[in-house]
Amino acid sequence: MSAFFAAARERLPKGQDLIVLVVIWMLLVSVPFWLPSLGGYTALASKVLVFGLAAMGLNILLGFTGVLSFGHAAYFGLGAYGAGLTLRYLVHSTPLAMLAGTLFGGLAGTLFGMLIVRRRGVYFAMCTIAFGQLWYYLAYSWNDFTGGFDGLRDFHREPIGFGAFTFDITNGETRFYFFLLAIFAAAVAVMGLLLRSPFGRTLVAIRENERRARFLGIPVERHVWMSFSISCFIAALAGTLYALLNNFADPLTLHYSLSGYFVVMTVTGGMRTFWGPLVGAALFVLLQDYISSMTVNWMFFIGVMFILVVLFFPRGLLGMRRRTQPAGKA
Amino acid sequence: MWQVVLFNVTNGLIIGAFYVLMALGLSLILNLSNVINFAHGNFLALGGYLAYSLTPALGYWGALLVSPLLTALLGVAVERLMIRRIYNRDPVYSLLLTFGLAFVIQDACRYIWGPNGLPMGLPDMLAQPITPTLFFITWYRVFMVTIVIVTIVGLFSFLRHTRVGLRIRAGTFDLETVATLGVNVRNLRTFNFAVGCLLAGLSGVLAAGQIGLNPNMGDDLLMPSFIAIIVGGVGSLVGTLCGGLLIGMAAALTTVFYPAASEAVIYAILMAVLLLRPRGLLGEEGMFS
Amino acid sequence: MSRFDTSIRRRTLLKAGAALGASQVIAAPFIVTALGEEPVKIGMVNPLTGVLSALAQSEVDGAKYAEAEINKKGGILGRQVQLLVEDSANDVGTGVQKTRKLIDRDQVAVILGDVNSGIAYAMSQVTNEKKVFHIVPGGHTDPITGTNCKWNVFRVCNTTTMDASAVTPELVKKFGKKWFFITPDYAYGHSLQDAFVKALTKLGGTFDGDFLPINNTDFSATLIKAKGYKPNVLLNNMGGLTQINCMKQFTQFGMQKEMALGGALFELESVKAVSPEAQTGWWDMEWWWNQPNVPEVVKFVADYRAATKKTPSARDWFGYVSMHSVRLAADKAKSLEGPKLAKALEDMELPPDVALQPGKVRYRAGDHELMPNIFVGQAHPPKSGPDDVFTVEALVPGEEAAGSVADTGCKMEQPA
Repeated sequence: MSAFFAAARERLPKGQDLIVLVVIWMLLVSVPFWLPSLGGYTALASKVLVFGLAAMGLNILLGFTGVLSFGHAAYFGLGAYGAGLTLRYLVHSTPLAMLAGTLFGGLAGTLFGMLIVRRRGVYFAMCTIAFGQLWYYLAYSWNDFTGGFDGLRDFHREPIGFGAFTFDITNGETRFYFFLLAIFAAAVAVMGLLLRSPFGRTLVAIRENERRARFLGIPVERHVWMSFSISCFIAALAGTLYALLNNFADPLTLHYSLSGYFVVMTVTGGMRTFWGPLVGAALFVLLQDYISSMTVNWMFFIGVMFILVVLFFPRGLLGMRRRTQPAGKA
Repeated sequence: MWQVVLFNVTNGLIIGAFYVLMALGLSLILNLSNVINFAHGNFLALGGYLAYSLTPALGYWGALLVSPLLTALLGVAVERLMIRRIYNRDPVYSLLLTFGLAFVIQDACRYIWGPNGLPMGLPDMLAQPITPTLFFITWYRVFMVTIVIVTIVGLFSFLRHTRVGLRIRAGTFDLETVATLGVNVRNLRTFNFAVGCLLAGLSGVLAAGQIGLNPNMGDDLLMPSFIAIIVGGVGSLVGTLCGGLLIGMAAALTTVFYPAASEAVIYAILMAVLLLRPRGLLGEEGMFS
Repeated sequence: MSRFDTSIRRRTLLKAGAALGASQVIAAPFIVTALGEEPVKIGMVNPLTGVLSALAQSEVDGAKYAEAEINKKGGILGRQVQLLVEDSANDVGTGVQKTRKLIDRDQVAVILGDVNSGIAYAMSQVTNEKKVFHIVPGGHTDPITGTNCKWNVFRVCNTTTMDASAVTPELVKKFGKKWFFITPDYAYGHSLQDAFVKALTKLGGTFDGDFLPINNTDFSATLIKAKGYKPNVLLNNMGGLTQINCMKQFTQFGMQKEMALGGALFELESVKAVSPEAQTGWWDMEWWWNQPNVPEVVKFVADYRAATKKTPSARDWFGYVSMHSVRLAADKAKSLEGPKLAKALEDMELPPDVALQPGKVRYRAGDHELMPNIFVGQAHPPKSGPDDVFTVEALVPGEEAAGSVADTGCKMEQPA
């Protein structure tokens, strides 16, 4: 038992990482207080959390395993639709809806991963894009079931009952934000522990040199598949939260442009760092919100930003400060 | 009844030919440079818009000739300035770059030519049906298919019989060796990218005559092109050709029986290929694994 | 693994980051104080980018024109009006986010939008939750004032029932009862076709048709089928660019010699985007600029042209009416609270300089739908000017074309 605790304690962040952790959580918890004075609003922070979670999930695959998926919006969207369909047709229960959505998106990804896990590079990416578009197409064509082009409507978050006490998240931006934060915290804790475990280290080894990992006897395909699968589950969870945030699910949550946004958030924030994607998500969401209010040509500026990030900031914001650290440190 | 059958077969060939033209350009760039050009659909739109602007000055035929060349030139500029820098990096960067480029070009088109749809004028003789009974085959469709066939034949001959073409094909297999043999690989890549954009621009001019111009016109053609490449087999141009024709025909034939599913069938073919023969119809095993 | 990268030094990055953060703070909206009074803020969310951008832009133009006009005449409740426009980018998530932004951060009193009915509906859920008055200028799907009607939501443009019922009698009278439909396969298309079928079968008609994917570009297969069916009228229910392509191919195949062409909406923006031979057919316009017998319209069009250098379309009129409806409701309710504005606008009849057409134009209390006239007529290549592409043959009063309130399925729940 003590060995377990010792092992767990070893996995916990120490030193500089611990400071970063504390700072980030302090910021996140106090958002409703300081964001409005900067010209933001709580719903925006909720969106940052949701997208940040999806991007962090993608990062397990992209940053830590070194495998590119440009179709992760599919699992995000499937999570959203799964939750929405459950709330609308099956049962008025938020936890069940979240579970259903996460399973739906996660399993779809897991099964698809099995098909393409032997491929790499651009071919793998192309397949992920095409698979994502398949679901997009299904969502907007299957009118009667999914609401089609207009999206899935007529459902909303239900209060969560904990026995004697009910947590009402139906109205109120701030309350829902803290609910999201709690779920986010749980998911992040799981991801953190995972990435610091031997499994996580193996993924990094595969990223750094796949051939050597193979020679060491590591079952590379299986690890890539598991990494893919986990990232899909996280993205699907984020998707369910998005459906709850909007009380709506629409086909564009499945479109490859959203996948692209997730990749940009991950890269901009720093794809080899743990918190990078969250920072990238914050930057992207805030920037998009700000620019689209200023000008109709916001697409142009977002596109230019992508290009600049790729050409001049490939390591991303948080990646900058790790330049002097040895490679492979999560 | 025979009308419907004949019609749908020819229609399938026309749609397929279109997908092929787009997909070939995309495939060329993918094979040699390992770059997925997300902005391909937008180069298409650009080609159409440039033709629209050039028509008053050069007439339809002049615009048809010049516009793809201009698109290719733009492709050269883009390749030199941006894409060249990221060749040896992780593929995520090339995807992001072209993704961002797609946004930039689309918004630029919207800004320059406006968000409204614009009509593309055709010479009168092309807008007529070829015979009264075959009213659904206008001369324009015949013209489109002819141009596409000529272009494809030209492309394949070029790749087979010219030095540059040979180098491109060799580079697809092993770029390093080609470089060691003294070929200027940088210029080769630039040229290859330009050819890809030329094909996109040409598709744009042809598409404009059929469906008119709007900033989003390339988006709907991008996915079928991807699928044509995956179905035909990544790395094989002939495969792309077959893939494009296959999905074009499938879509056209489905329209006869169940029009609402004509898009679905393309995705169904994709899934079938991924499940049963992941390397594609004519793809090389081990090409990308 | 060393890589040659061109990252800029950290310091430069930190400077850039600080600049970005600072600009956010500085640019955060300060409250505009003029003579110590806060303006009345109205928020408009519309898809300014994406496939509906042309229509959305016209609505914004109309609203902005009305904003200037209202402010010149003293504003609303003595305060100046400020119109804040946000882009929904044709994406529901963005539309909902911007609605929240306008309500929470910018403290708008009223929300207008969206052209995309799906987004309009999602927005209405937010505005309903926050008890904010909401007018939908141009989102057409029936449930907004039907099965999903809400006490705080009003709509300017017509339902599919109204559009279909208005044009059907004219088409039957002129051409005949055997019709062929080409309809997009989604909620709007289905409800439009159902409305047409209902109106047609009431007059004893017969029909056949095809449902096509929303983004369909090639209509040859279905046009061949139509030709074989030999209908009196071909109904083109497609929207936007797909409608244009269908028209083009219809005329390319020379089918206008064998059958008439008609449908519900063929908006001015779309008519101008096609070449002359495709400017044809029988349609509804939800408002038309060329009404020489109505002096208010003549003046409005002249003033509008002078101010914006373009001729107003129905979409411009939607934006214009929406803004003035807010003013009228506020003046009557003497307040900007959602429930009071909603009560005031029910059954309110628009004055002639806002209605800009003959007859009584009012917001029906039962479903909050505006009842204007529907201008049924024929499209044609430009006659006296580039915008003279439509000639009105009949004016159908909205109340006649709309079903009863019960038919719409609207059961309005009053605010708690």
